[in-house]
Amino acid sequence: MARYAREVAVVAFAQSDHLRRTDELSEVEMVMPVLHQVLAATGLKAGEIGFTCSGSSDYLMGRAFSFTMTLDGVGAWPPISESHVEMDGAWALYEAWVKIQTGEADTALVYSYGKSSPGSVRDVLTRQLDPYYVAPLWPDSVAMAALQAQALIDAGETDEAGLAAIGARSRASASANPHAQLSGAVAQGEYQVAPLRTGDCPPIGDGAAAVILAAGDVARRLCERPAWITGIDHRIEAHSLGLRDLTDSPSTRIAAEHAGVFESPVDTAELHAPFSSQEVVLRKALGLGGDVAVNPSGGALAANPMMAAGLIRIGEAAARIHRGESDRAVAHATSGPCLQQNLVAVLEGDRA
Amino acid sequence: MSTTGKEPVAVVGIGQTKHVAARHDVSLAGLVREAAARALADAELTWADIDAVVIGKAPDFFEGVMMPELYLADALGAVGKPMLRVHTAGSVGGSTALVASNLVAARVHRTVLTLAFEKQSESNAMWGLSLPVPFQQPLLAGAGGFFAPHVRAYMRRTGAPDTVGSLVAYKDRRNALKNPYAHLHEHDITLEKVQASPMLWDPIRYSETCPSSDGACAMILTDRAGAARSPKPPAWVHGGAMRSEPTLFAGKDFVSPQAGKDCAADVYRQAGITDPRREIDAVEMYVPFSWYEPMWLENLGFAEEGEGWKMTEAGVTELDGDLPVNPSGGVLSTNPIGASGMIRFAEAALQVRGQAGEHQVPDARRAMGHAYGGGAQFFAMWLVGAEQPGS
Repeated sequence: MARYAREVAVVAFAQSDHLRRTDELSEVEMVMPVLHQVLAATGLKAGEIGFTCSGSSDYLMGRAFSFTMTLDGVGAWPPISESHVEMDGAWALYEAWVKIQTGEADTALVYSYGKSSPGSVRDVLTRQLDPYYVAPLWPDSVAMAALQAQALIDAGETDEAGLAAIGARSRASASANPHAQLSGAVAQGEYQVAPLRTGDCPPIGDGAAAVILAAGDVARRLCERPAWITGIDHRIEAHSLGLRDLTDSPSTRIAAEHAGVFESPVDTAELHAPFSSQEVVLRKALGLGGDVAVNPSGGALAANPMMAAGLIRIGEAAARIHRGESDRAVAHATSGPCLQQNLVAVLEGDRA
Repeated sequence: MSTTGKEPVAVVGIGQTKHVAARHDVSLAGLVREAAARALADAELTWADIDAVVIGKAPDFFEGVMMPELYLADALGAVGKPMLRVHTAGSVGGSTALVASNLVAARVHRTVLTLAFEKQSESNAMWGLSLPVPFQQPLLAGAGGFFAPHVRAYMRRTGAPDTVGSLVAYKDRRNALKNPYAHLHEHDITLEKVQASPMLWDPIRYSETCPSSDGACAMILTDRAGAARSPKPPAWVHGGAMRSEPTLFAGKDFVSPQAGKDCAADVYRQAGITDPRREIDAVEMYVPFSWYEPMWLENLGFAEEGEGWKMTEAGVTELDGDLPVNPSGGVLSTNPIGASGMIRFAEAALQVRGQAGEHQVPDARRAMGHAYGGGAQFFAMWLVGAEQPGS
């Protein structure tokens, strides 16, 4: 605890059901139920929250300033202390955690959401690549992940059967997750881009998530077993794939070191690995052994709502601590092509 | 809540690009790197001294790059470091600086590079803001169409004569002539020319409207130890806050939004300011359309309700007036949208460091930086001083 000025915990988590299409729902309508759920879980009203922060992407929504509409769903009146990151909600949580560390807030509401269904997310994601030299070629996200998967196979780190097992295990685990988009025995399917088959790729879906953070005794009052954030850090790498060893994730390792992951064992890991091959990279960077429950929620291979999937990893890890199913968990979020940017958090419950 | 444990935050480096309509000579990466390198040079630091990068800009549609911070990580020396991307509409430049400031205040990092940019020539901002969405109110051809009715409401409410807006534009464009980084340098500007310019969105005339700029602004923020090593006088953060309210609802006062009042009150409380009109020496205010100067003078507590336009008319806000507003020339002279808020914050810091050059307000000890965005719903402000807080 001495690492930071204040003890901060995740005290509530809610997520939507993740669905292939939500044509009938606006983003506001998608976000409001999860906001109401986390507030109800803590008994807090929107006006009692010290700081609010959200994560989303205008490009998914197809319009500028899209987050101004979802803010309406928060009920920001009287005016609230609020901010937004154009990133996955895990980074919104990070900004909120920093705010609580300054002492300017004791509680924070964090939410994020994304609808991938209105467009072609494989095409949309090409727009986040180098706009002059790479984006004009429209290399899609699956093709780039396939490069990474092939590099892993070439390096002898895994093979196609090993990848298939990751997908199968994730979706089997998701059978216990009522919010998951894909669960149970899902066929490995055809190649999308070799060596990745359908079963190695995330479903495309819409969804939202929300978390409430609280400091010290406020957390103890709001939650029977708070999930204390004992460490959190994030790092970015070079953008160009040609500058990176795709079989490794140094940014995850640096973030994990700063978050204190390696100081004692973890029992649970919620990894934001949209592709089965990325779990191989992350397991290595985080030094996870076979005794760690990896993605018991099913992970991003069972539900990958863009901009919310990383926050959901933190929420799922926290929820396991709330339920007494974990004592020390690591949660991870990623952004950018082939794991360019990574956030790592350590969550711990008080021992009985 | 306690704020006593915070680390004091100092601005020790400031860099801007020369803002222009179109920087055809640089890429997005080249643009941001130019501002960042200047901030590092000002602080006499290197890339290795930076612990984290916090970057902001307005909508990604303005350049057509989704989450451009991913691509810009290399250009900003962020590889292996934490990098955050803030987006709070037009207030983003201010919010970005505040997020960076909080990283130092919370003692999570010691020295942080914060930067905001917009390269509007890569796209068309007016139409980037006007993408049609079913069942939602469009912004009506850019921001001017949205804000003009609220300016009209201000005029009706206060009885301000319709000459006030042109006075603000004339002042800010003259101030810009003293700022080498300002976009518009209209050497032949006259009040008559402003008043004769075409009406765009009644009552807002062409010359009372901000330009569309390419530009970037960067700052180096650091802790006490970092400030002690600073070769130039630092600007200290005495207070900073953000406030938001919904875009549209029946109770919203578009002329003087409650979120703006609350945000200013929080900043003054943190900084120990009880009489902003007397205790603050210079204000860098987000005025994209000239009439927002008198409106914000009231919203920020510098003037009583209905009296803001009288301050402007009396010359109080001139560079040599009692409360100079936008000595840099302001948003009316330079508007790389995502950077505009950070430029306000940086110009306030330049003033209290005594480094504002020809547009320096003599002996400025405390200055305010202000930004707003969305449908006048997001506010970010900070107050910087020449002395360390508490000293």
